[in-house]
Amino acid sequence: MTTHQKQRVFLVDGARTPFLKARSGPGPFTPVDLAVQCGRPLLARQPFDRAALDLVILGCVNVIADEMNPARVASLRLGLPEETVAFSTQINCGSGMQSLDTAYRYIQSGSHQMILAGGAEALSHAPLTLRSSAVEWFGRMNAAKGPMDQAKAMAGIRPDFFKPVVGLERGLTDPITTLSMGQTAEILAHRFRIDRNTADTYAMQSHHRLADAQNDGRLDDEVMPAFDRDGTVYDHDDGVRPDSDMEGLAKPKPVFEPPYGQVTAGNSSQITDGASWCILASQKAVDLHGLEPLAEITDSEWAGLDPSIMGLGPVLASTPILQRHNMAKDDVDLWELNEAFAAQVLSCLAAWNDDDFCREVLGYDAAFGRIDRDKLNVDGGAISLGHPVGTSGNRIVLHLAKAMKQRGAKRGIATECIGGGLGGAMLLEAVV
Amino acid sequence: MTGHVLEFLGETKRELGPVGTAEGHWRTGRDAAGVLWLVLDKQDTSTNTISEDVIRELDSHITAAEADLPAAVVIRSAKDAGFAAGADIASFEAMTDDGAVKLLKQAHDVLDRIAALTCPTICIVHGAALGAGFELALACDYRITVAGASFGFPEVQLGLHPGLGGTFRLPALIGATDAMTMMLTGKTAHTKRAKSQGLADVIVEERHAAAAVAAVVDGKIDKHAPSIASRAFGLDQARSLAARQMRKETEKKAPQQHYPAPHALIDLWEDHGDDPDAMQKAEIESFATLLKSDTSQNLRRVFFLRQKLKDAGRGDDDIAHVHVIGAGAMGTEIAAAAAIKGKIVTLGDVETAPLGRAIKKVVQICKDKHLTGIETRDALDRLMPDPKGYGLARADLVIEAATETQDLKEKIYKGLEGKLKKGAILATNTSSLSIDDLAAFAPTQDDFAGLHFFNPVSRIDLVEVIKGTATSDKTAQRLAAFCGAIGKLPVTVANYPGFVVNRALVPYMLEAMVLMDEGVSKEVIDTAALRFGMPMGPVALADQVGLDVGLHVAESLSTSLDKPMPPISDDLRAKVKDGKLGKKSGTGFYDWSDGTPRPDADLDDAPADLTDRLILPMLNACVEILREGVVETEDQIDGAMIFATGWAPFRGGPMHYARTRGINEVTEALKALERDHGPRFAPDEGWSSLA
Repeated sequence: MTTHQKQRVFLVDGARTPFLKARSGPGPFTPVDLAVQCGRPLLARQPFDRAALDLVILGCVNVIADEMNPARVASLRLGLPEETVAFSTQINCGSGMQSLDTAYRYIQSGSHQMILAGGAEALSHAPLTLRSSAVEWFGRMNAAKGPMDQAKAMAGIRPDFFKPVVGLERGLTDPITTLSMGQTAEILAHRFRIDRNTADTYAMQSHHRLADAQNDGRLDDEVMPAFDRDGTVYDHDDGVRPDSDMEGLAKPKPVFEPPYGQVTAGNSSQITDGASWCILASQKAVDLHGLEPLAEITDSEWAGLDPSIMGLGPVLASTPILQRHNMAKDDVDLWELNEAFAAQVLSCLAAWNDDDFCREVLGYDAAFGRIDRDKLNVDGGAISLGHPVGTSGNRIVLHLAKAMKQRGAKRGIATECIGGGLGGAMLLEAVV
Repeated sequence: MTGHVLEFLGETKRELGPVGTAEGHWRTGRDAAGVLWLVLDKQDTSTNTISEDVIRELDSHITAAEADLPAAVVIRSAKDAGFAAGADIASFEAMTDDGAVKLLKQAHDVLDRIAALTCPTICIVHGAALGAGFELALACDYRITVAGASFGFPEVQLGLHPGLGGTFRLPALIGATDAMTMMLTGKTAHTKRAKSQGLADVIVEERHAAAAVAAVVDGKIDKHAPSIASRAFGLDQARSLAARQMRKETEKKAPQQHYPAPHALIDLWEDHGDDPDAMQKAEIESFATLLKSDTSQNLRRVFFLRQKLKDAGRGDDDIAHVHVIGAGAMGTEIAAAAAIKGKIVTLGDVETAPLGRAIKKVVQICKDKHLTGIETRDALDRLMPDPKGYGLARADLVIEAATETQDLKEKIYKGLEGKLKKGAILATNTSSLSIDDLAAFAPTQDDFAGLHFFNPVSRIDLVEVIKGTATSDKTAQRLAAFCGAIGKLPVTVANYPGFVVNRALVPYMLEAMVLMDEGVSKEVIDTAALRFGMPMGPVALADQVGLDVGLHVAESLSTSLDKPMPPISDDLRAKVKDGKLGKKSGTGFYDWSDGTPRPDADLDDAPADLTDRLILPMLNACVEILREGVVETEDQIDGAMIFATGWAPFRGGPMHYARTRGINEVTEALKALERDHGPRFAPDEGWSSLA
């Protein structure tokens, strides 16, 4: 095997839109609109010209028909030169991290110097699609020649043709096991004995932490206000409930497995629209443009597991990194572990703290240990912010870098579970 | 898109058939199918006009075609700029004697012979076909229209109507109602509308032009059939009824007293609408008469004034990115104008709420300008609301459009120290503060200037570029070019209280308030101004500008000028204090709830010197501006006043009006006003050097 000198890869800056809770009907922005809204100020504050970017990669799961290859549409709308190549990535909830990982590896290999990598998702725009039986009927109608033929085709119409398939609902259902994502969290809650009260407590903290971060201005450089055509300004993650309390969280009924389940709308991530970009650069680009990196990306990993327990993806993806770098629990100063469900995050923590699990599954001699809640998702997470699926992976890496800088942390891991039974993780280190 | 691959491939080549190099203004050739191509490629210009030479040469080419009939005749333009911009307006000056009729008859004869050719005649139109160019296209059997083409008769804007057969060929093709509307309003029909009206027989992309010609020759394309409905206008009574309605509508926008051309056109149609031959004769006579009218001469002057200001805006502005400080009404409109024309724009404001309102306003402006969905999206993408001021460091031009106080502007400029790109221009949109006073606080004085836009920016073309004492020539030149690049008309002026336009307008508005104090009603005052030809009376104008803005400018002028100004009325101060600021607050002197007031009062009891009291102080101020060297030429003043305020265009501008009325007479009239009403009317000393 030939060994090339690997280039160092720095995360130099990044910005995102506020995450906007899907309310009634499509939100004001498409995925690319969102990518443009936060990409413009991010690029405007750089000391280099747009042409200095070698490549644009954008993760997006629910691509809308007007924006095929959203990365290319976003790139041109952001005013990047037409020579700049742009492609989109899709690995479900990991898409926004996949874009970063691809950029990381390209720069590491020396083929690229600076890459704009992001994620964009407008879940409020997730398509309604026609049933395949209706599509077939429509095809027969179009092919019909003459009035008789048409009448015959017309007679085949059935009322349920026009009952649309809700794309979002289908998207959040595992195609192999037919379990909804919420059900996979129920499975983990059951296996790791996470009760409703613990999950709700976790969810409440998520809201309080985000509210604190917003109030203290810790998100000011990260969240760029978005402006819609009606003149409305969106300047903060609007799913936050600063006054969230246990009484309120106790009210909602289990949505996925009523009446005895644990997972409620209150302790799950919210359905939101949002986009996020990071700029990754080589040492050469950092020197050339005089950039001040937020952090260095030093490792990444992906892992696969049974789709029905996809929520453990972070454990499976992060552990190899920890092991490669001989990092014990206390060697990681900050964790961003995407909050798909409170029960799922807590199950990951429980798994790492379980002797048998760590020995049998992860190859440790004993439990890795209980990750300190004070190091985990310090400024809230998808439960309070929301989870625009193609964006979240990008956001957690961006926020980890910003939070590490703010807190003087040395090492941090951003990791996420991925619907379909996958997990992704990235290791960030402070630049010294 | 300006990528190097497309640049290498170049523009789509225009289909010119087998034509050779130019012999005179035309390039000709016959192709294998026997089709004669006549391609207009006027010498020494980038835009085709239908001049006397062009017609004379066309005459000989048609004579040749008559002698040896081709399979078809194709007429088109070789110019990127479009088919033809109309007649050569400069040549009108030479035609104003009786020679006009003779020349017109010769040109009519050539077009009549094209129409009479027994082979198919095909006009391929790309870009604009205006005036005489449109009439040449109308003489052909078919119009193959390249996507993006447009047709129009802008003659009314020059105090004329079509004179080369348009008055009878257009109604015959598309029906009298559409035809008269096009000719009376001067509005152009773009590709789609041209097709639906029947002006265009087919719409093609340039790359399929030759195939479309072949289709016509093969008889595969049907000729547009004139509408049946318009046959009703063969009846005299029907035409009379319609003509009465047209006169009523036209009188509202263009009173016959000031704008005779559209009324003459209605007369022509009413009298001869059923008889093309009679119409043709009458059109020639009427056109020749109008050519000599004061209105047409003055409107042609306005056309050339516009050209001159446009020329002043040519050149490279070297400005890709504009940062606008302040998302108020002016900042927003300036940002919109620049973004729509392709500039990268950042719009800064300390608050996000005004930035949100700004985006909403920009969407409205795009809508009003009929931009497509994609054009609107691109303009909005280029215009970034910038609450953190990221754009400052990247901008080639920073336009400060903050509130009009010296303190605030000083503070803003001090905050820019060390933040701007090297060579970036800082320009202020101030309407009342001294550029030289502000320059002291600018990061670099030679890169600082005034850039005074008028409200509403989306409708007023003029921009004053104010060259302060320290402003470099290069900065002033780049700003003028920037105006040109965003479709505005720059006039470069020296720093002076009120610059040009406000210096001249403020006395007009203040005098109106003095008159109101004397007991003359605002309706009578405004009616007098409207009848003179101003687009708006002084009282309504003050309301539109905003009484607070007006008061501010008036106070600033009253203190900074040596000359006596009309006293500022207590009523104005009271209204500003009560928040009755005019149009923007719903009421001022007028109630604006029903739209722009257009009073039409009885002037029988009005003071005899009413109109002079309003108009002459403007002329007096213009002479002062000229004497002070604020601008160099009378034409610049006339252009500035017409394109900023709509100053009676058919009078050719304030200086032209003064010269037409007579310098001595105007001076005497001012002296009379001085005797009756005080020293504010004293003629400026500059008049003596004009006489």
